[in-house]
Amino acid sequence: MTLSEGARAGTRELEMLDSLLALGGLVLLRDSVEWEGRSLLKALVKKSALCGEQVHILGCEVSEEEFREGFDSDINNRLVYHDFFRDPLNWSKTGEALPGGPLGALRAMCNRTDLGPVTIALDSLSWLLLHLPCTILCQTLHTVSHQDSCPPGDGSPVGKVHVLGLLHEELHGRGPMGALSSLAQTEVTLGGTMGQASARILCRRPRQRPTDQTQWFSILPDFSLDLQEGPSIESQPHSDPHIPPVDPTAHLTFNLHLSKKEREARDNLTLPFQFSSEKQEALLRPRPSQATSHIFYEPDAYDDLDQEDPDDDLDI
Amino acid sequence: MFPELNNLLNTTPDRAEQGKLTLLCDAKTDGSFLVHHFLSFYLKANCKVCFVALIQSFSHYNIVGQKLGVNLTMARERGQLVFLEGLKSAVDVFFQPQEKPHPLQFLREANAGNLKPLFEFVREALKPVGSGEAGWTYPVLLVDDLSVLLSLGLGAVAVLDFIHYCRATVCWELKGNVVVLVHDSGDVEDEENDILLNGLSHQSHLILRAEGLATGFCRDVHGQLRILWRRPSQSTSQRDQSLTYQYKIQDRSVSFFAKGMSPAVL
Repeated sequence: MTLSEGARAGTRELEMLDSLLALGGLVLLRDSVEWEGRSLLKALVKKSALCGEQVHILGCEVSEEEFREGFDSDINNRLVYHDFFRDPLNWSKTGEALPGGPLGALRAMCNRTDLGPVTIALDSLSWLLLHLPCTILCQTLHTVSHQDSCPPGDGSPVGKVHVLGLLHEELHGRGPMGALSSLAQTEVTLGGTMGQASARILCRRPRQRPTDQTQWFSILPDFSLDLQEGPSIESQPHSDPHIPPVDPTAHLTFNLHLSKKEREARDNLTLPFQFSSEKQEALLRPRPSQATSHIFYEPDAYDDLDQEDPDDDLDI
Repeated sequence: MFPELNNLLNTTPDRAEQGKLTLLCDAKTDGSFLVHHFLSFYLKANCKVCFVALIQSFSHYNIVGQKLGVNLTMARERGQLVFLEGLKSAVDVFFQPQEKPHPLQFLREANAGNLKPLFEFVREALKPVGSGEAGWTYPVLLVDDLSVLLSLGLGAVAVLDFIHYCRATVCWELKGNVVVLVHDSGDVEDEENDILLNGLSHQSHLILRAEGLATGFCRDVHGQLRILWRRPSQSTSQRDQSLTYQYKIQDRSVSFFAKGMSPAVL
């Protein structure tokens, strides 16, 4: 890779993670069983930590050791881990469990006192959605992710808030997914083909059209991103790759084409049910002499030709 | 245990990985041969096994286990195997007074309960006893199966919570393994079962999926096994691995072969 290519790849890498973190607010990472999203979540967490932000992790699905695995020590020192993996429902009743559960911790982040930029990673949002009513979760997420838009009275600037939510697509119905989708400023759907992972990124910038782009990538063991070439990287409505058209009329045993004379004759034909001005004239002017139609009837041998009207005996 | 399956999974009783959740699921076929495999595998690996058997009786597993070379009665007597026979003990919930909640206490509750008593039974069974113990290698929880808990009135979230706590205790705290079987309803629209299956799939390290053949029943090929490794511990191979084999169940073993390579058709 030449220097310029490396620089471009580096800027592209910055662009992808930066574009995900640029808007602030809620970033949804939608993954599936086949294409997992926790590594991308960890890559974003690492990026935020390296930018000097305060990073809070609400860990419900994996243990703290497993989440911190792969991060080096200076990143690990910046992560504040709220452990809800060991005893999320307070079954052990030892009093070790954090009071209020995950919802309490999330609400506590709404009332934080220091106002620097902060990133909150929810691992996972699916766990929260399965255990909490959707409305309460959505309201809390909205409050947390919009703290920066309501500055406090003393006019001090509020740092940007990022809420990264890992969501397992197959676990939820369309209602909750749609509600979370409408709350999110950025939505990343993970997928891929043939062993290559892709992320479809939908960004909703305020007062601008939403952008939709697909980025092929892979995540390295130290949770940095390696961008790859994929089919389409332009930001436009997703279109299928151009397939060269095959002419179906090429090798036929019958003739589908018209010669010039045939084309003219066809164009001069008036269609039977087309209401042209001539037809209108013809209908308006009565023509007693013209018989409109003839019926030719050949009676069979056993036909009963009765000249009487069968409805005569009806007393109407 | 089936040696051919060990080869496919690249594991032996001596050097099996620890701290893993294995999900067994079956669709349009019977995947219980996988349960028998893992039961005999972990007994041979000298692990302390807690088996929550909700589907069949003890003698059924014992008979099959003897074909695979393990004696469940002896394992239970020497304390290696803790066996919860769901079919028998479910009746005890109603007819015997219990001073503490029965593991299957949820059967008595009118509204959807939780599986906390069952989790406490598992934790009690697998907790490491002090020195003087026969020295089992690591604890293993085996459940056959989880779909029946949904049929008994529990919600999918309650079963997921139970497995969550089992994972936290058995896999993370005690560095043991958990193996569970879930049926895939397939064509039948069963939302709760789908939530349970997908939720467990996201948490699993290894998924073994036994499927019936798409073309129907066959005498020589009983089904197809899909193996999916997820969440590799070393992050070098980021891409999850997936393999597919066909199998035929015989009296004492199961033979595996690549798709289309059954000895009967070659």
